[in-house]
Amino acid sequence: MSTNNEKRKTYYESIIKQGYSRRDFMKFSTYMAAFMGLESSMVGQIAQSLENTPRMPVIWEHYQECTCCSESFIRSDHPIVADIILDRISLDYTLTLMAASGHQAEAAKQETMKKYKGEYILCVEGSIPLGDDGNYCCIAGKTAKESFLEAAEGAKAIIAWGSCASNGCVQAAKPNPTEATPIHKIVKNKPIIRVPGCPPIGEVMAGVIVHVVAFGRLPELDRLGRPKAFYAKRVHDSCYRRPYYDAGLFAETFDDKNAKDGYCLYKLGCKGPMTYNSCGTIKWNNGVSYPIQSGHGCIGCSEANFWDNGPFYERATKVPGLTEEGLADDIGKVAAGVLAGGLAVHAVAANISKRKELMSRINRGKSNEKNIDS
Amino acid sequence: METRNFKRVMVWELPVRIFHWINVLAIIVLTVTGFLIANPPALLSSAEATNLHTFGIIRFIHFTAAYIFFFVMILRVYWAFNGNQFASWRAFWPFSKKNWNNFWHVLKIDIFLLNEEKRNVKNISIGHNSVATLSYLVMFFIALIQIATGFALYADMSGWWLPKLFSWVIPIFGGDFMVRTIHHISMWLFIFFSMVHIYLVFYHDYIEGRGEVSSMFGGFKFVSETRLKKAAKFHDKEIEEK
Repeated sequence: MSTNNEKRKTYYESIIKQGYSRRDFMKFSTYMAAFMGLESSMVGQIAQSLENTPRMPVIWEHYQECTCCSESFIRSDHPIVADIILDRISLDYTLTLMAASGHQAEAAKQETMKKYKGEYILCVEGSIPLGDDGNYCCIAGKTAKESFLEAAEGAKAIIAWGSCASNGCVQAAKPNPTEATPIHKIVKNKPIIRVPGCPPIGEVMAGVIVHVVAFGRLPELDRLGRPKAFYAKRVHDSCYRRPYYDAGLFAETFDDKNAKDGYCLYKLGCKGPMTYNSCGTIKWNNGVSYPIQSGHGCIGCSEANFWDNGPFYERATKVPGLTEEGLADDIGKVAAGVLAGGLAVHAVAANISKRKELMSRINRGKSNEKNIDS
Repeated sequence: METRNFKRVMVWELPVRIFHWINVLAIIVLTVTGFLIANPPALLSSAEATNLHTFGIIRFIHFTAAYIFFFVMILRVYWAFNGNQFASWRAFWPFSKKNWNNFWHVLKIDIFLLNEEKRNVKNISIGHNSVATLSYLVMFFIALIQIATGFALYADMSGWWLPKLFSWVIPIFGGDFMVRTIHHISMWLFIFFSMVHIYLVFYHDYIEGRGEVSSMFGGFKFVSETRLKKAAKFHDKEIEEK
């Protein structure tokens, strides 16, 4: 909007203009370095980048989603994140927080896309429905797909916020009536950072975006396109209840003594052992707690298809393709029983069918026994 | 009624037998510990977590057995290129007319229990029969799946390059969930295979009477004298008589 016509301020200028002190700014830089897992010598580099880099234009699109990613982001624990990064950074276009609306807002978006072609960052919150010509999600007369492809065209990089944009999340769960599709399946020719989670941790989102603006390049990504700094470890491997797991001490129900004593929630269906996220280290709500610390197992919200990966409160292996009663061990036990029965029947049938052969051999063997010489 | 003369033939060489029995042990250990890891029993202990490492030990045994399973398989693959005709990869090659003739024969006679009018001794396989080789080939690929999925799940906990070689498996399936599911379901295939395998070994020993069961201990099977070359018969006889 208005900022588009001014000379772009640096992040530092914006921060100071908002009434923060240099001390606040340095604290913020230090926080960010810590979240990104950088060493302390990098703090200066972050500060310097933010001082000298002009504000990066950002378009933040909302498609099929619940806005929990934005909610999480504005609650990340340093106020500068919300005030400056979100406010300044995404001022260009974000349905939830921008002041403008209607044609005015769309015009601002078009202007940013034109003026900063190849420079702006496209943040996407939500999946894109492809079913029925994409009519399940339309904004300003365009389908989500049209709008996304248009915005992606001139983007420098795309950030997929949350499980919707990264994996499809709940609306992509079976039977996926709207054909909700994560964005990496729609656009292939742009660098995409996937930041899964329902929602992702606010500090993780801030860390990713600060990395992009401070260093001018994408953070190091793993094979699934997630930033390694935040998604390299399983929740399980950084869980404070891990010693109970290694000891073999498990809560059996949510109200037993073991649960009260803080034992591992593995048997209550905790999905921490399969889920890559930073919940165990960065935690939630300004580092207060995270699901497991609050006595509830991880539901694996940052993993693909987490709604279809079996029950949340049971430790069971679901057979893919079977929707009900499809637990591998139940099927396995029945199949093993049937197989054992089949083998027993075969053994009996073999004795009947091959009786001549068997009897002749037995008789030969017996006659040989009679002729033993020494 | 004439008793057939049999000769003792070294069918399973020592490396094959070592592979077989270590593999048996590894599969049993992996299956038992695998079930325990998937669904751990309640531990009746009032000790503090600091003083216990029960589940860690179970997992350690599982991972150790996995390494043994993996290395012994490498030994077997090596021996497929250096062993005798029964251990050779050629014995497992499924694309030959001879193999399929034998396959249908075994299916008819041993699986569907039909009887032949005139018995041909050459239809009885000295080493593996064709149904068995096919099942071992299938198990070999399932073992590869187990190794790939198992090490892929293990890779993030390990600092060694070997498990990390398999870390590409996770992204193919989108995450740990599916990889773990495949690992768990494939284990059941090992159980089914073992049941049928053990039964059929007993069956062949019982129906054919050539020492099928004991062959995996001593390596010898008894082969009808008529199937050996003449010269070998005499040579063997001298030794036998001594």
